[in-house]
Amino acid sequence: MDIRAQVSMVFHLDKCIGCHTCSIACKNIWTDRKGAEYMWWNNVETKPGTGYPTAWEDQDKYKGGWEQQNGKGSDIRLKLHSRLGGLGNIFFNPYLPTVDDYYEPWTYDYDHLFSAPEGDDQPTARAISLITGKPMEIEAGPNWDDDYGGSPVYAENDPNLGALTEEEREQLTEMERVVFFYLPRICNHCLNPGCVGACPAGAVYKRGEDGIVLLSQEKCRAWRMCVSGCPYKKTYFNWSTGKSEKCILCYPRLESGQAPACFHSCVGRIRYLGVLLYDADRLKEAASAPAEQLVHEHRSLIQNPHHPLVIEAAKANGISEAMIQAAQHSPVYKFVKQWKLALPLHAEFRTLPMLFYVPPMLPVLAKIKDGVYDNADAASAQLGPLLSSLEQARMPIRYMASLFSAGNVDVVEDSYRKMIAVRIYMRAKMVGDVSEEEVQQALQAGGTTAEEVEAIVHLTARPTFEERFVVPPLAREVAIEQTLDPFTQKREGGFGFRRAPARGA
Amino acid sequence: MFDIVLFVVFPYVAVTVAIISGISRYRQNRFSYSSLSSQFLENRTLFWGSVPWHYGVITLLTAHLLPLLFPSLWGDLLSDRIRLYVLEVTGLGLALMTVVGMTLLIVRRLRSPRVLAVTSTADWLLLITLLTQVAIGFWIALVYRWGSGWYLHTSVPWMISLLVFQPEIQYVTALPWLVQFHLLAGFFLVLLFPFTRLVHVFTYPFTYLWRPIQVVIWNRRPPQKQRP
Ligand code: HEM
Repeated sequence: MDIRAQVSMVFHLDKCIGCHTCSIACKNIWTDRKGAEYMWWNNVETKPGTGYPTAWEDQDKYKGGWEQQNGKGSDIRLKLHSRLGGLGNIFFNPYLPTVDDYYEPWTYDYDHLFSAPEGDDQPTARAISLITGKPMEIEAGPNWDDDYGGSPVYAENDPNLGALTEEEREQLTEMERVVFFYLPRICNHCLNPGCVGACPAGAVYKRGEDGIVLLSQEKCRAWRMCVSGCPYKKTYFNWSTGKSEKCILCYPRLESGQAPACFHSCVGRIRYLGVLLYDADRLKEAASAPAEQLVHEHRSLIQNPHHPLVIEAAKANGISEAMIQAAQHSPVYKFVKQWKLALPLHAEFRTLPMLFYVPPMLPVLAKIKDGVYDNADAASAQLGPLLSSLEQARMPIRYMASLFSAGNVDVVEDSYRKMIAVRIYMRAKMVGDVSEEEVQQALQAGGTTAEEVEAIVHLTARPTFEERFVVPPLAREVAIEQTLDPFTQKREGGFGFRRAPARGA
Repeated sequence: MFDIVLFVVFPYVAVTVAIISGISRYRQNRFSYSSLSSQFLENRTLFWGSVPWHYGVITLLTAHLLPLLFPSLWGDLLSDRIRLYVLEVTGLGLALMTVVGMTLLIVRRLRSPRVLAVTSTADWLLLITLLTQVAIGFWIALVYRWGSGWYLHTSVPWMISLLVFQPEIQYVTALPWLVQFHLLAGFFLVLLFPFTRLVHVFTYPFTYLWRPIQVVIWNRRPPQKQRP
């Protein structure tokens, strides 16, 4: 057993209201610089939808992540390139997304509003490209298809819809049945990161102590393979400095005991942060598992931080007492391993992402009949289906499986059954209009107990700040030896250096 | 006297400056070492420019270097007529590739407003010098036939004489002025090295071939076993 610690995350999608506060918090701290304007280390997208950059999930196009070499059961390799092939493609990366796959960043000519000569019309502020400095037409933005962007044309191209039948796809955008949810995304700080594997210069690396994936600005030579290698498109190319950049999980904040800015600012309080202990010896095995077992294998890497053997192995690996304690109180451990509610995003990319999502509750199908809201076919006496139902969900379960379990419907269903049990249990407790029999049925179907449900409710609905963010002490005094304080440097110097990051010599 | 400045002083100055400035830039401003890729801003023309350019120029540079390192081997290689033909034709083809590639790269920078926005004066100087250099190289190969042969008995001994600090310029002073210009432009490019994006050539990431695929860095602990 080779026990390592990983700062991990859970996003509870049922609580996400799609307000983009997280994105703004991140932008204001880290990416409000030339060359980085188009970057959203944290972005929120509407699902179904094509996201940012457009259709990032389509790995036939972008070649991110890993694949099994020759069918099932064998070793995995990068989808992007072999080592030799990578060096051969270095002069031109055939799978690099360009700025048009994201959007051309712009500002407005605000000055014109004040300086325009008197005339018959109101002056307008034209959009000015932040790249060329010239007037431009705005053709896309970082959340262009937010809430479907007023049209089904964007969502239609969501790669996950391939898992559905023609009929199901059509239903999704029917007026009365329309359904969507939000997917906030940051770097997953994977255990088997594609960006690290793809970087020829070895500039991208994982911090041993906490698993945060960083990109050395000094070692990066703009071979730009990390952008392609990351299946989540969470490494970005700074077109001005000629260096790639990525989410740093606000490590300067973590090291001073604060939650990352996107976590801290989250209005819906959907975000949880905590340490997981995992067995690095089994990484390769877990990443190479057959698709339907990927989530299971991923979970099995995570070790019980209360188990004496695990604690012993952790200590032998130099993991501090404080870190182990943080792991024992980790909300992420509960959501992912104990309750099995939270699932990795696109496990089939085989990067072992360490950001897990509690899938959003599925609204049920309903009709308006004679002006009355009628929960379709829920005429039975039971209330359950009204609260949520897998069978009558507007969003087909296979869509969720395509996102959160590499297509394994059972895994997602288990998660949902437990959440439905939580709802029914709480309805009975708070409103009292559900029969005890129905409650027991739901608990059984969800494979859970009243006790566990209470714990889930507490951490979901009423957690304290300290319960949501169990930030381990990251020994900043040790980490700081290698760099300067990024907070004081970031505006004038980017992070970690002594002079402004100018392009070229 | 003027020849001595051109063919002795200038090469020495160029190489010395390149080495000293290159190392000091690497030590003091490593951040600036980058290929400064502009593919993110423009993708299509770059393919037709960058790929022929690089495969052409790297092969040609190697072909310029080999006779310097293994003069007798190179001589043997040329002793066969067929091999000589193949070599000359290949060289000519590669030179054409670089000329076309670099022309496209320059046209691309002029035509794409986005790429133009990230183009510096140093970029222009470098691109134009490179285009001049490969165009002249191509012309020389076309007009002064069998360059793979006479190169071995003119420029090579001259460069070796410089290398061993016993400069003998008579090897090159009698060459046509176009060839002399090609030699000098070569050393001008060496001079440009540390001040332009050319530094990217020396950071070619060979180590990717054998390094562990995953990179884990510890603050104090030496790296342990590393995995996929
Ligand atoms: C040693 C191997 C080399 C590698 C790996 C390499 C790689 C690269 C890369 C990645 C770019 C950026 C292309 C882009 O915009 O995306 C580039 C550009 C460039 N390289 Fe190289 N290169 C090599 C050798 C050379 C050599 C030998 C020369 C010339 C003597 C050269 C001259 C250039 C020039 C002039 C550009 C700028 C092209 C432009 O964007 O207009 N390279 N190189």
